[in-house]
Amino acid sequence: MKKIFSKPAALSGETRHYCPGCTHGIIHRIIAEAIDELGILGRTIGIAPVGCAVFAYNYFECDMQEAAHGRAPAVATGIKRVLPESVVFTYQGDGDLAAIGTAETVHAAARGENITVIFVNNCIYGMTGGQMAPTSLIGQVTQTTPYGRTRENQGFPIGICEMIATLEGASFVKRCAADSVTHVKDAKQSIKTAFQRQIDNAGFSIVEVLSTCPTNWGMTPEKALEWLRDSMIPRFPLGSFKE
Amino acid sequence: MAEKVLMKGNEAIAYAAVHAGCRYFFGYPITPQTEIAAYMAKNLPKAGGVFLQAESEIAAINMVYGAAGAGARVMTSSSSPGISLKQEGISYIAGADLPCVIVNIMRAGPGLGGILPSQSDYFQATKGGGHGDYHMIVLAPSTIQEMVDITVEAFDLADKYRMPVMILGDGILGQMMEPIELNIAKTPEIIAKPWATTGTQCKRKKNIINSLNTNAPELEQWNIARQKRYDEVIANEPRAKTDIEGADVIFSAFGTSARICKTAIELLAEKGIKAGLIRPITLFPFPVYAYKDVKKPIIVVEMNHGQMVEDVRLAAPNVRVGFYGRSGGMVPIPADIVDYTLKFINEGLSEIV
Amino acid sequence: MEHGILLAGFGGQGILFAGKVLAQTGLICGKNVSWLPSYGPEMRGGTANCNVIISDSEVSSPIVTMPQILVCMNGPSYAKFAESTQKGGYIFVDGAMVGDDELMEPAGEITQVSIPASQMSKLANMVLIGCMVRVSELATWDELEEGLKKAVPARKREMLDANLSALKLGWDFC
Repeated sequence: MKKIFSKPAALSGETRHYCPGCTHGIIHRIIAEAIDELGILGRTIGIAPVGCAVFAYNYFECDMQEAAHGRAPAVATGIKRVLPESVVFTYQGDGDLAAIGTAETVHAAARGENITVIFVNNCIYGMTGGQMAPTSLIGQVTQTTPYGRTRENQGFPIGICEMIATLEGASFVKRCAADSVTHVKDAKQSIKTAFQRQIDNAGFSIVEVLSTCPTNWGMTPEKALEWLRDSMIPRFPLGSFKE
Repeated sequence: MAEKVLMKGNEAIAYAAVHAGCRYFFGYPITPQTEIAAYMAKNLPKAGGVFLQAESEIAAINMVYGAAGAGARVMTSSSSPGISLKQEGISYIAGADLPCVIVNIMRAGPGLGGILPSQSDYFQATKGGGHGDYHMIVLAPSTIQEMVDITVEAFDLADKYRMPVMILGDGILGQMMEPIELNIAKTPEIIAKPWATTGTQCKRKKNIINSLNTNAPELEQWNIARQKRYDEVIANEPRAKTDIEGADVIFSAFGTSARICKTAIELLAEKGIKAGLIRPITLFPFPVYAYKDVKKPIIVVEMNHGQMVEDVRLAAPNVRVGFYGRSGGMVPIPADIVDYTLKFINEGLSEIV
Repeated sequence: MEHGILLAGFGGQGILFAGKVLAQTGLICGKNVSWLPSYGPEMRGGTANCNVIISDSEVSSPIVTMPQILVCMNGPSYAKFAESTQKGGYIFVDGAMVGDDELMEPAGEITQVSIPASQMSKLANMVLIGCMVRVSELATWDELEEGLKKAVPARKREMLDANLSALKLGWDFC
């Protein structure tokens, strides 16, 4: 019998708590595959955020730390400075990274901190039940923008990759998506490249992955993927911002 | 004779921390503690360590979280407003059972307050500060030599009990110079940290540094286990310097206030009044034992409006307890303490003045 | 025996450094010492002061509220602190900065010395403490010289000779 598919070693067997149709699971898997393929599981340390991925420490097989909301890049900095030979990654959502943790994100990037940030952007706060995120689109209806996000009231969404790419300390900045096989394959390759940059001591690397939230968007998983393609990608264009 | 050198309190803490094996420092500038960061910036790279000026106190304390979780001896320092910002991280550090040392060189508050010395963060330091049921061990030195000794001990205590330890000084102690012994006698007690996230090397099960548990009964068990460790701390670690033999009245004060009380005691002696002193060195655990057999009235002196006095009243419920304090960066003057003491003795004054 | 010394003047006049020289000298004499600067906004100009205690016994309060020895390098600090000087104490003023008309009549047992320190040297702080240490018999010349050497950091070694000359000017003036 030939084994043609298996769980990556970097992924634990724990049942994940994500909603049906959510793309967090896919993103976890491609990170784990990248870790396996690079052979770095034993020296990888991950940092879980506050938000839907708060339990990520249960889902990876490497050593993990759970950070306070938004502080993952600071926690990662502390770890990496103590263990410079380790591979340190944070896994953060849009509220965690681009609202409460903007300072930590920007300054880790500016320092050229030799860590990898996986930024899962789904334009909404998931864990707390669907409130406006810093990346919510103009017009997007959420629990806290019941009449839609407006430029007059809440202002504009933040393009994190565009912003980080301006910083000298950032070595690899790329936006991907988890909506299709092609995009997922590209996201995995990008995560692998980001880890490789860290291994090469090239500085800060970030891979933003556009993700869905069928539950809080109020859509079927299929519709959610369409919305990602039709509404998110035009505002958050995919591609490399810095290589 | 051992070589003595003049050193500022802030530098003495940093000097002792390096001796204690601290190789990581994350901080943010704020008066009057910045010399600690400056010393570390200069000396940690030479010792093979890392100094990093963070983008905020919040980032700094979370860097401490990460480094402590990775098994390192790590320290941050700040002064009152900056310590307020660190409270979130301190709560997480306590919740994840991580050892680290936090220095607070107190200045006047609340708010931006002023940069002059104060002791008004006593409540914050000893009663929690951040959210949740937790404690730090709080150490209050009163001389520069003691700042050295206490700093080395702070790292050992943090590792032993897996909890944050705060060194609570004030602007005077941070800024003043006194001679210290250049050779630090105490050897740091370095212990293994098998719980640290250092990478599994694919040879052990993964470690997780975490304070989250959504399973209520389990979280309660975590809390109970932590409280048991606090009970050990309370049983083993309280200490005070006590000199109350034959005293008619007893001062109780920590840090700089205790030194000022000593001068007041000298002045009172000239007037024929014998005063004693109980100086808590650990503020948590509070040295209740030192007050157990006290039969004479106590005057608590603090650079605040009466914080430690509550713990003294609890520790000495059967004697009259008075309070004299100054705040806002004002420092009690020995002559004023003497005046208060005379009134306290003669007029039965017990209320806060 | 305990000497509470208060040095005061404008920021930039070397008040804190003069205090360091005294504290180092005290240490060389085998005494207990403490040095406490005013670290307020006055560091950037305005008035600065420094408390130094040199004592045979352990130093209790490091704050000098009633100095045995007061060193004033400007008029405002003289006006502020002169009256707090203890009986039997000393006041040293830079006569080039504080006019005779600004000086109060010293109370019976206070020795008041005015020397034109900032006319004598750019390093008036050293002139003043050179004179002060001699008059108050705080230390011998050798101890004071050693104290200065300890107080000058290695990276400012080139400043040592100038400071030493100024210290000697003050010592010889009295």
